[in-house]
Amino acid sequence: MNNIMIGRFIPGESFIHRLDPRTKMIATFVYIFVMLWADSWQTYLWAAIFIFASIKLTSQPLKLYWDGLKPIFCLILFTVVLQLLFTPGTPTLLKIGPLQITTTGVVNAVYVMIRFILIILMSTILTLTTPPTSIANAIESLLKPLKKIRVPVAELALMLSIALRFVPLLMDETQKIMNAQKSRGMSFSSGGPIKRAKAIIPLLIPLFIGALQRALDLANAMEVRGFKDAVQRTKYRVLKYNRVDYFAFGCLGVFTVIFIGIKLIS
Amino acid sequence: MAIKFEQVNFSYGAGTTLAQSVLHHVSLEMKTGAITAIIGQTGSGKSTLVQHINGLLKPTSGKVTIDDFELTSKTKEKELVTLRQKVGMVFQFPENQLFANTVIEDVMYAPLNFGSNKEAARSLAEKALTRVGVAESLWMKSPFDLSGGQMRRVAMAGALASDPEVIVMDEPAAGLDPKGQKELLNLVLELKKLGKTVVFISHQMDHVIHVADKVIVMHDGEVSAETTPQELFNRDINWFKEMRLDLPKAGQFSEKLEKAGIKLSRRPLTVDELADLINKEIDHE
Repeated sequence: MNNIMIGRFIPGESFIHRLDPRTKMIATFVYIFVMLWADSWQTYLWAAIFIFASIKLTSQPLKLYWDGLKPIFCLILFTVVLQLLFTPGTPTLLKIGPLQITTTGVVNAVYVMIRFILIILMSTILTLTTPPTSIANAIESLLKPLKKIRVPVAELALMLSIALRFVPLLMDETQKIMNAQKSRGMSFSSGGPIKRAKAIIPLLIPLFIGALQRALDLANAMEVRGFKDAVQRTKYRVLKYNRVDYFAFGCLGVFTVIFIGIKLIS
Repeated sequence: MAIKFEQVNFSYGAGTTLAQSVLHHVSLEMKTGAITAIIGQTGSGKSTLVQHINGLLKPTSGKVTIDDFELTSKTKEKELVTLRQKVGMVFQFPENQLFANTVIEDVMYAPLNFGSNKEAARSLAEKALTRVGVAESLWMKSPFDLSGGQMRRVAMAGALASDPEVIVMDEPAAGLDPKGQKELLNLVLELKKLGKTVVFISHQMDHVIHVADKVIVMHDGEVSAETTPQELFNRDINWFKEMRLDLPKAGQFSEKLEKAGIKLSRRPLTVDELADLINKEIDHE
């Protein structure tokens, strides 16, 4: 349970750590959007250079990013295989029944894989260097314009930060219940599929009951402290763009312009 | 079922960038049929230590021997079932593990998992429920309709039902009322009479002095004492401060008396002993 890397935050003092969470979110979205237009090896190379420069700026060991990629490898492999087998075109390299491997297919498969890896790396940079509460704050701040059309932005952000706060708690809880049931002889690895599915019940029921109990406790705790929705609130941490953020936006702009340039030339 | 730790080291997340070393060179022994208490401040590695006894955690290096079962970093998950049948584990706030529709079904879970048939499991469950003092009228109720104290008992029955030879309890008294605590200590003594080996973690020194035959003190992931409660609680008061441990209530009281200028002939460990010593002191004068 403790070695899940997705969404993990590692505190630090690097350039990327010091950026405003909104900057990092906007950069991530812009990057993902730009990646959709990548179509040649030159554009992928430029995008990869940008990512590795950013990773360098987080001052975290590369191994952390590698650990973050590992769990998603199956998914990447699956898409790659799909691309490989179902891309039409000529010349055909191999043909088995309705399946064929074409040169375009191979090229596409490699591109899709690189695109996947780069996008995941970019989001890993965001989650690795930004505490979950800051991400929730950033979302709230970025969605503020939607308030005008009566979207309950503050409430959504609160829900999000509570949900994020509960993830480690529930993970802890799962581990504890799993230990208790394992001690009573629970085993996931024996019997047929139905028996295995049944083996999860002793884990799920206590987990759900515990989660509901926690939610009730939290609701009570908020209520006795006078929580009301739809109230204008001040923030403990006020988000503010600094010089580093303007610099980062500049870099992002340069990256995008050069990217478009490469795309137009090639 | 003697339990022996030999040079056990343990790290959470061993081999990753976030490895965290918790146990360092732990060697100790717990005797068959005895009650062993494990004490130490929060975060000293007590819970990590006891989770090695039924293989929930495996030593990163070193060896744990439970009877003839050897637990090392290489032990396979499948082999652990036989170990878990012999070692019952009661966790902190064990009521969180309840899941079944009825009390009796929940308690039958462990025996059924360990290969008993329905009838055998039922009779084992009934025995366990009787032992922990859950009235028969509650057996067909949903465990979630019970009071906190009753849930705790049902959960303990759930760990005792497979009739394990070793029973490990992680702070079993936490959150119980005084009556519940007393009954718990009686249960521990009763289990000893049945020839079981009991290991329990406690923060209450009075419980330790009351039931334990042996006490192990953990400090920063190391064993800093392995002795009898009588020897331990007669150590110098500064040693306790260093370990961030308390004396039993009677001992605390005699320390205060001494500061107030009344010195008893030795440090009392139980309230009875304290009364005797004060009586003697008054008779002397």
